[in-house]
Amino acid sequence: MDTGLKDIILAIITREHDRVDGGACPLFVAASQEEQQKLSLLLARILAGTVHDLENGVYIITRH
Amino acid sequence: MEHHLVAIVWGIAAGFVDRWLMLRNDQRNYPTYPHGHLTHLSLGFIAASLGAVAIPAIAKPDYVAVTFLVLAAQQFKDIREMERKTLDHLEKTKLIPRGSDYVEGIARVFEARNYLVIITAMATSAMAYWKGWPYAVAAALLAIFFSLRFMRGSSIEDIAVVESGQLHFDGSILKVNDVIMMNVGLPQTREKILREGIGLIIKPKDDDARLTLDSPGQRMAIIHDLVSILGSKVDIGEKELKPLARKNIDKGYLGLFMLANEPDLEVMKRVIQKVPVLESARGTTLKTFYGRKAAD
Repeated sequence: MDTGLKDIILAIITREHDRVDGGACPLFVAASQEEQQKLSLLLARILAGTVHDLENGVYIITRH
Repeated sequence: MEHHLVAIVWGIAAGFVDRWLMLRNDQRNYPTYPHGHLTHLSLGFIAASLGAVAIPAIAKPDYVAVTFLVLAAQQFKDIREMERKTLDHLEKTKLIPRGSDYVEGIARVFEARNYLVIITAMATSAMAYWKGWPYAVAAALLAIFFSLRFMRGSSIEDIAVVESGQLHFDGSILKVNDVIMMNVGLPQTREKILREGIGLIIKPKDDDARLTLDSPGQRMAIIHDLVSILGSKVDIGEKELKPLARKNIDKGYLGLFMLANEPDLEVMKRVIQKVPVLESARGTTLKTFYGRKAAD
């Protein structure tokens, strides 16, 4: 059976901490773009989600 | 006695052949489980027997038998329920589900086919009973032809034109021509989509077709048929490469993209053209007065 949270942000991966504020979502701060992409990929695989790019240096993981 | 028997045998034979031919038509829509085949052939045989016995029973006349026949015909309502349950259970373990519109459509067709078998058997046995075997053969062929043609229904090629589309990214947004598909975060995923993905545009021919293609059930059916024939690169927990069909909200046509295991554009077009138009998704606005008024 498939249980889990859908259609909410499961994780936020950012390079700049001050771009994200508030919320109850885990926040991962990456030092470089490569690290950010690697983190996003790993988190997406682990959470069975997809990576979305907010085009301001912030990536989010959601499950649809 | 002999006469009755001949008529009944003719009816059963015609009905059974009819069911068998229609079952062979199913293969694209429905996995050909050997046991599923057997179930439907057996039920087809029962339906054929019912239809074949009806006319000789009335002619005899044996009204009690006819009453029982009507009761027995009720059983075929369960076929729809049976198919719906089976397919619904299977949905849970599918990477790309059929969608309930498609399931309902398939279940309904299975039920209706048994009624066609009853009609075929009845017509054939009536001809055999009153007119003799040459007429029975003619009636059987006619009824079989009718049921094969009649149950085919329309397909996407009747209501829409399928064209190839250009996959490209607008920032992080994947598009097929001008239809927005989704946001893709990772550069490597974007590259993979551009390298291996195929984009298509499905243009409805009129307002009815546009409503039909609007229905998420119809879109799921298109994607399901594509995936079940060409394969996809979706895996459990990895949904980024999931095929999608989205519409251009202003113009009403669909953009579709998929990463197929067999990326053959022409085959994809043919597969989409052959997807049945689902009864429950069919748009009928042009049949209504205000629908026609709004269209012009």
